[in-house]
Amino acid sequence: MAEVTYLEALRQGMWEEMVRDERVFLLGEDIGAYGGAFKVTDGFLERFGANRVVDTPISEAAIVGAAAGAAHMGLRPVAEMQFIDFISCAYDILTNYVATARYRAGLATPIVVRGPSGGYVRGGPFHSQMPEAAFFHTPGLKLVAPATVRDAKGLIKAAIRDDDPVIFFEHKFLYRRIKEDLPEGEDLITPIGEARVAREGHDLTVVTWSAMVWKTLEAADQLEREDGVSVEVIDLRTLVPMDTDAVMRSLRKTNRILIAHEDTRTGGIAGEIAARINEEAFEWLDAPIRRVTAHDTPLPYAPTLEDYVLPQASDVVAAARWLLAY
Amino acid sequence: MTLAAGAPPIPAGLTHDDLRRIYYYLRLTRALETRLTNLYRQGKVIGGLYSSLGQEGESVASAFALERRDILSPLIRNLGSMLVKGARPVDVLRQYMAKAASPTAGREMNIHFNDLNLGYLGQISHLGDMVPVMAGIALSFRMRGEDRVGLVYVGDGATSTGTFHEGVNFAAVMRVPLVVMVEHNGYAYSTPTRRQAAVERLADKALAYGIPGITVDGNDVLAVYEVTKSAVERARSGGGVSLIEAVTYRRRGHAQHDDQRYQSPEEVARWETNDPVDRYLQRVTGAGWIGETDVAEIDAQVEVELDAAVADCEREPLPEPETALTGVFVRPATAPALWFRGLDG
Repeated sequence: MAEVTYLEALRQGMWEEMVRDERVFLLGEDIGAYGGAFKVTDGFLERFGANRVVDTPISEAAIVGAAAGAAHMGLRPVAEMQFIDFISCAYDILTNYVATARYRAGLATPIVVRGPSGGYVRGGPFHSQMPEAAFFHTPGLKLVAPATVRDAKGLIKAAIRDDDPVIFFEHKFLYRRIKEDLPEGEDLITPIGEARVAREGHDLTVVTWSAMVWKTLEAADQLEREDGVSVEVIDLRTLVPMDTDAVMRSLRKTNRILIAHEDTRTGGIAGEIAARINEEAFEWLDAPIRRVTAHDTPLPYAPTLEDYVLPQASDVVAAARWLLAY
Repeated sequence: MTLAAGAPPIPAGLTHDDLRRIYYYLRLTRALETRLTNLYRQGKVIGGLYSSLGQEGESVASAFALERRDILSPLIRNLGSMLVKGARPVDVLRQYMAKAASPTAGREMNIHFNDLNLGYLGQISHLGDMVPVMAGIALSFRMRGEDRVGLVYVGDGATSTGTFHEGVNFAAVMRVPLVVMVEHNGYAYSTPTRRQAAVERLADKALAYGIPGITVDGNDVLAVYEVTKSAVERARSGGGVSLIEAVTYRRRGHAQHDDQRYQSPEEVARWETNDPVDRYLQRVTGAGWIGETDVAEIDAQVEVELDAAVADCEREPLPEPETALTGVFVRPATAPALWFRGLDG
């Protein structure tokens, strides 16, 4: 066992897949000689060579488009968005070209588009986004958002092996903040499409993912300590395809449910989860489904503003108390 | 077929057989589109119909400059290039008529389909997007050390898009084996080229990418072949990307429903006298490279083939509705049918 960070887990996962499968290659801005803006790909160029670690111009559409073309020919590209905020520049290629390729034309497009996502890092409006909902709506794209070190590694490996296109939201707040012992020499895979019970409980379910898992766990500890209530935390891990069964299982146990995500509220994924619960498990609810999300604003820079706009552990505590009192 | 006495040598290393085959594809393209027009008028084409009338020469000649192992990505008016690559007329008909047996099982329309084994990749409607995708295909050739070249077609309108710019620049920087064929046919839907780009020659755009830009008479079949052949050879030998501007003219509207009010009858008539198929025939028969009997044989062969193709697919069924749910992903293989479909009406 060796204690590694979330970032190191990602690195290991990609490294192992590149060793295992020579079809896997990386492309993106500043990923080779520089090792990436966050050093996720540090050392890859030296080990795997310029043919498999491709530094590109600042062209997100071309990066994703070229990845798709190479994937059609049997390769397994992993494209880095330097910050996931810039994935919007490739929105057309991802939603119109990549997402439809199998359906409309039977084209194999096993690509991974990954990048540092999310806020709580004082990154301002364009280095803090969590644009999951922008792609959630498009059939044909798998969306993955690991919260733990183990899942960072297990899911990047699963994403690279997956035969469908995967957008991989790695949370930059977690890059160096969390550590975990990972077994060495084990082929660690987290299956895409399976949620995880991050904390068992019986009074209330919180469905969440990515960095919000940690805020929620913090809240759950506080609620247990101060209120004596037991909160179950479901870490979705994969947003598409979503493990709705895991959500329903937990709800049938607790009968109260809160959905917490860091993305903005309107059109956010929590709305879809709430709709599915309403359609499939209405009779299991003892209280309305409630959401804890970011406010509907761009994400501001100043710490006071960012902390206000983004959901915090204290928000989860307050919302949980409201639901438990209902 | 023996060389007619006193005939000049055939240019660009082409053989008599090549010239006959080029004529076959020109005729096949035009005749297939004529059949489609008739089917459209009979209401048998479900969606829009796009004609390449007057541009067949450029499509056929450029595709003919590729080897079998090379891959091209056509645009809506490059039916001819797909036929050269082995696309079957019956599949084109099935696509237009939305048949279950069409290459896309009724999911996509017209010539938006692909066969990477034969060497063509279907386009999407978002202009310019195929340039980065083809750059990636060409990148895969280079990464694997394969002796293959990519050819991507765009229209004059697509040169205004961001993906065109990103794709050409990306390919140029990477020096991948790619040829970019800019089909300059005068109009993007109703927008004339002078409203599309401020450069006189679209080939001048190549300058900004550090790649050669060549303008060629797109209605001169042998000239297009020669220029494309040399760009393909350049790409094959590691010389990187070339941009070719083929100047031609779109004699029909954007699609069959377009009344072409923005094109003057005089302008259209002028280009009718510059027809690429007529010009080709005059050239190859005038020089004695192909005989009148060859031409008649090919014309007859094409009609026989198309009779069979139309007969094959006309009575075929449309896809079963529930097949719409499969294949969004590899896993899960099927999207769930929605709850209200299980209810009594």
